[in-house]
Formats: sequence, C-alpha cells, structure tokens
Amino acid sequence: MLDATQLQLNLFPFLPIFDRLIVRMLASALLAAALLAAPARAQESPYIVTYDHYLEEPGSLEVEYYSTFGTQRGDNDFHAYWSEFEYGMTAWWTTEVYLDGQTTFNDTTIFTGFRWENRFRLLQREHFINPVLYIEYEQTSGADKILKEVEGHDVESDYAIPNAIARQEHDHELETKLLLSRTFSGWNVAENTIATKNVTGGNPWEFGYAIGASRPLALKASAQRCSFCPENFIAGLEMYGGLGDRYSFGLHNTSHYLAPVVAWNLPSDWTLRLSPGFGLNDNSHRFLLRWGISREFSGFGAAISRLFGGRQ
Amino acid sequence: MIFDTTRIVRLCTAAAVLIMPFGLAFAQADPASRGNNPIYAELTKAPRKAVGRRNPLAADPEAVAAGGKLFALHCAECHGDMAEGGKKAPSLLAQEVQGATPGTLFWLLTNGVVRRGMPVWSKLPEPQRWQLVSYIKSLGPASPPGASADPMAHP
Repeated sequence: MLDATQLQLNLFPFLPIFDRLIVRMLASALLAAALLAAPARAQESPYIVTYDHYLEEPGSLEVEYYSTFGTQRGDNDFHAYWSEFEYGMTAWWTTEVYLDGQTTFNDTTIFTGFRWENRFRLLQREHFINPVLYIEYEQTSGADKILKEVEGHDVESDYAIPNAIARQEHDHELETKLLLSRTFSGWNVAENTIATKNVTGGNPWEFGYAIGASRPLALKASAQRCSFCPENFIAGLEMYGGLGDRYSFGLHNTSHYLAPVVAWNLPSDWTLRLSPGFGLNDNSHRFLLRWGISREFSGFGAAISRLFGGRQ
Repeated sequence: MIFDTTRIVRLCTAAAVLIMPFGLAFAQADPASRGNNPIYAELTKAPRKAVGRRNPLAADPEAVAAGGKLFALHCAECHGDMAEGGKKAPSLLAQEVQGATPGTLFWLLTNGVVRRGMPVWSKLPEPQRWQLVSYIKSLGPASPPGASADPMAHP
C-alpha cells in the first residue's frame, strides 16, 4: 500500500513491475496513436470553468494542459495544474480523464489526484436551450487547488493549509452538473448548475454555478489560412462560485469569481487560452491567472483500432 | 483512508478496457452500412421553413474559398478531402446532397445527425456555416460510374 500523495511527480518507480508494464504499454499506445492520428483544428470555446453543450467529435482525442496561479492572503501563493485527455466516444458522449497537481511556493510539489468525467448530450438536435448531463468521479486529496469548479462553502482560507497536512484528507466525490447552453448570432451563452457529494464521511450535497458568454471576434472566415485572423480569436467572460450546501443553501460564506477569457485557435492545430480571474468577495482569492494549451487529434479512435489490428 | 496506487492503476486500466471498445465501436461504425444512407435520409426531415432559407452569402465571391478552408479543417477528416465520402461519413457529391437546397444543408450542419455520429456544428458561427454550404454546393454532383467525360461519346 502506498499513499498516493507521497508520489510527488514520479509515479512509475512506486508501481510493481506488472503495473509499470501496463502503464508503459498504454502510454506507448496513446503516443503511437496520437502520432498516427491527424491533428485537427476545432473551434474551441474559451471557457476554462464553464462548459457549453458542444462535445468532442467522435473518435477524436483532445490533449490539454491547464495552469492556475493563485494568490493566497496570509500564506503562500500556489501554482496548480492539470492535464486532460478528452475523447469523443460518440456524437452524444464524451469521456475525459484529468490528472491534477500543484506547487505551493515555499512548500512542496505534489500530485493531488485524478478525475473521470463523462458528458452526455440529452437532445438529438439543436434547441432553444441545449442540455447536457455531466457526471464526474473525483479521487483527490485536500491539497487539490486547481479550482476547476467552486462549490459549497469553498473559501480562500481552505487553501492555506500546508500540503503535508492537507494531503492527508482524501476526497471521493461524485460531481453532477446540468449544462445548459445556447448559441445565437455568434454568441454562446452557457449556464452550469453543480451538485457535488463527497461520498466519504457523510458530507452533505454541495452546490455551485458557472455562467459564461463568448463570441468570436469575426463571424465570417477569411479565405486565406492565417494565424491572426479575427475569427481565430474567441473572447468572453465567465463567472463562477459556490451556493452553499444542503443545510445552508445560499451565498453566505461562499466565494465567487469573475474572469475574462480568450481563446486563440491557431491554424497549426493548437489552441491557447488565457483567463485572469478576480475574486468578488472577501472569501475569494484576490487573483487567479489561468492559461491552457490544447491540441486535438482527429481519427484517434481509428488509429487505436488499426494499432490493434482492427477493421481498416 | 489511503490511496493504493496499484488499485488505482488497475481500476483505470479496467475502466479503459471496458469503455474503449464501446467508444471505438460507436466512433468507427460505418454510417453507410447502417441501412440505406441514413444520413441522406435526414435531409428529408428538414422543416419547410429551413428548406426555404436562402444562402445570404451566395453572391459573396470569397464564400466558396473560405468554405473550402473550413471544410478542410472540420469536415474532410470524415467526408474525405474531396468530399467523396469515407468510412465514417457519406459522400457529399451524391445527388441527395447536391440536389438539396442550401437551407436544407444549413439545417443539417446546424443540427448534425447525432445518432449517426455527425456532431452538431452550430458552434461555427452562422456565416461560416453558410460558407461551408457555398463550398459544398460548388462541388457539383459526382459523375455516375461509367459515365464518359465526353458527352458526344454516347449520343
């Protein structure tokens, strides 16, 4: 038995030989398939916290890295980061694995857990509002600081606990969201309602929200391939925060953030995102700087299929 | 409670092994093999109001070129570089597509055929979807098999 929070960044040496072999085989298969798959430029949304109703294209893999720098009053600032591997199972189902970690300045760097997320499109066609069901299982430590969502009574002081102590808390959470989104006249407007239950320790359901709006800088595409064309940039704004829990629903003792967001979809198949976030009350971190980089590989599923001798 | 990394790795591996075949099966399934061109059949389901919509960029001299760029970025992976169709998606040179009104194609792009693997493309702004329609319509229908390029060869 091994405490995963002691892993720091190097996971492999702690694994038995058989499991190391499996991990290496999976990693090799992923890498080979990513190399065989064709990169594809998608029209990626700029949101970092909010979800719209668009899913990954079937058979495509999107590999993403995100980073959050956060200020911490009365304690050390931190840099939290996560990797996402998002795969389009079908046109109505996307599955995604996250690996989280963080560095607290003047403290330590630690691996803080993983998440497995699934999103299901509920309606076949586009409607006035398009609902998507989001279900996620999280196995993270109390030292997780990626702030991928804010829920319940999450407040800034929760993040002031030294890593050595915080990582001793282990959360197994079931997180559900109802994603509502609509695109009209070039604008996307999205609202997410969050309900989370920590299945260990009899904690109550906790609630949160995220809302966002965004629009490309130009609606028509130019005829030429270009990096700086305005249609490659999508700008917007998102706001997110906690809504208390089952026993104390509301805004009391909750934190909230407002964050401009911008995405740059490059013709070289990469997407860059940037989002400075500002705390809206005394319970919030004063400043969060988030950025991310992602690349989508279309035909990943077909490449995997070919690797294992599947139908051509 | 402590993490057991061996258990985590095994759980993840088991989950991946269980899920991937479903995903691959769904994602790689050939829509053309499921019945008689079900994607084409979707074109007939467009509401009358959508069928009658005109392409506002029909007179835009750059629309076809811009649509061609968008097609290469978003559509060619499944429909083929020349829209000739592939394992995952049907040809767009077929009479069913080329004979459809611009409004019908715009409606299908917007709504997708989610059950058959075609995503909704409403995330592309409306003008870009019309540019795509302009490009698709500019391709014209494919010549039927065995047809000669010279119409005088078979009077």
